[in-house]
Amino acid sequence: MAKITAGVSTSHVPAIGAAVDNGRTGEPYWQPLFAGFERSKQWIAEEKPDVIILVYNDHASAFSLELIPTFAIGCADEFAPADEGWGPRPVPVVKGHPALAWHIAENLILDEFDMTIVNKMDVDHGLTVPLSLMFGQPEAWPCKVIPLAVNVVQYPPPTGNRCFNLGKAIRRAVESFPEDLKVVVFGTGGMSHQLQGPRAGLINKEFDKAFLDTLVSDPATQAKVPHVDYVREAGSEGIELVMWLVMRGALDDKVNEVYRFYHVPASNTAVGHLILENPR
Amino acid sequence: MTEKPYHDIPGTILFDAEQSRLGYHLNMFCMSLMKADNREAFKANERAYLDRFPMTEAQKQSVLDRDWNRMLQLGGNIYFTSKIAATDGLSFQQIAAMMSGVTQAEYAEMMLKGGRSVEGNRSKKEKNRG
Repeated sequence: MAKITAGVSTSHVPAIGAAVDNGRTGEPYWQPLFAGFERSKQWIAEEKPDVIILVYNDHASAFSLELIPTFAIGCADEFAPADEGWGPRPVPVVKGHPALAWHIAENLILDEFDMTIVNKMDVDHGLTVPLSLMFGQPEAWPCKVIPLAVNVVQYPPPTGNRCFNLGKAIRRAVESFPEDLKVVVFGTGGMSHQLQGPRAGLINKEFDKAFLDTLVSDPATQAKVPHVDYVREAGSEGIELVMWLVMRGALDDKVNEVYRFYHVPASNTAVGHLILENPR
Repeated sequence: MTEKPYHDIPGTILFDAEQSRLGYHLNMFCMSLMKADNREAFKANERAYLDRFPMTEAQKQSVLDRDWNRMLQLGGNIYFTSKIAATDGLSFQQIAAMMSGVTQAEYAEMMLKGGRSVEGNRSKKEKNRG
């Protein structure tokens, strides 16, 4: 049977992708950030997941305002890196796992999570930057990836509680898949940042650190935090943090925190990162 | 306009239903800049290119003026308006500096020092108390 062994969360700042693609990871500005992911690269090389379910948001790349799915699951064989206005990132094409993705989609819908099924979708920095942070620059990504896009661009995004419960439903779906697969769930975006208006540049370390603590130890409490608290305390784009609750919901109530990293700034953003394992 | 709990957050316009309805054509113009041919056409004659879209005159003017905050007030969403910035060769950090009314050097320095503090920036009331 398929099994979820661990969860990873990380920010997905586009400038991080640009630093990787342009060979600037050793520069003084970027070095501390990438040093913070060395341990993570080792961990995932040892963990060797067969499939990553990668929870992220599209940034007006695959979805404009014509169609705004709250939750969309990528069921295609592969997903090309999106051209976000300056050409696609020079990263490998993302290979999907259609059999598992369709199984999850079917089970989620019958579990009353009304997913949008996507058979063609380019994936932007929201999905590819976490892969670059965890795997560096391989010729091909070392595992299959199922994109799970959450709307956080058009307000309101789904509630934290809905995201948390979606994670639980994803776990039920994965664990009913007959093939032996090791699955890791990624929750991405955040942490505190605001990209727009006169309050741009907002960072709130205290909020971020409390979020990390509560997400790990008491996720049901974190799931109750309303949107307005994220916007007020962590910035208009800090609301992306609800996507970390999908990852957390897919894990046991009690988890082992393997690794934590926090760094300010990457461009406009506070970067946070967790690796959590289900007890074995 | 229905009063929302987030309206008292200073310097912030949430892209809610109201803004989305207001800004649909402005944002779809921005979306068109994802294609290289369209970027060239826009750069060749901005006014003529904008006239292809049923945007309001104020929206068109805000684009011509590169008035990034005004675009947001008129229904623009930052992930869409940033495509104009990309067309201009500007980074997210450069337009963030413009929107917050400081030079890029000042903005970059603020970020290196840990970003804009939330203290005094949680609500308009708090901000006005200074």
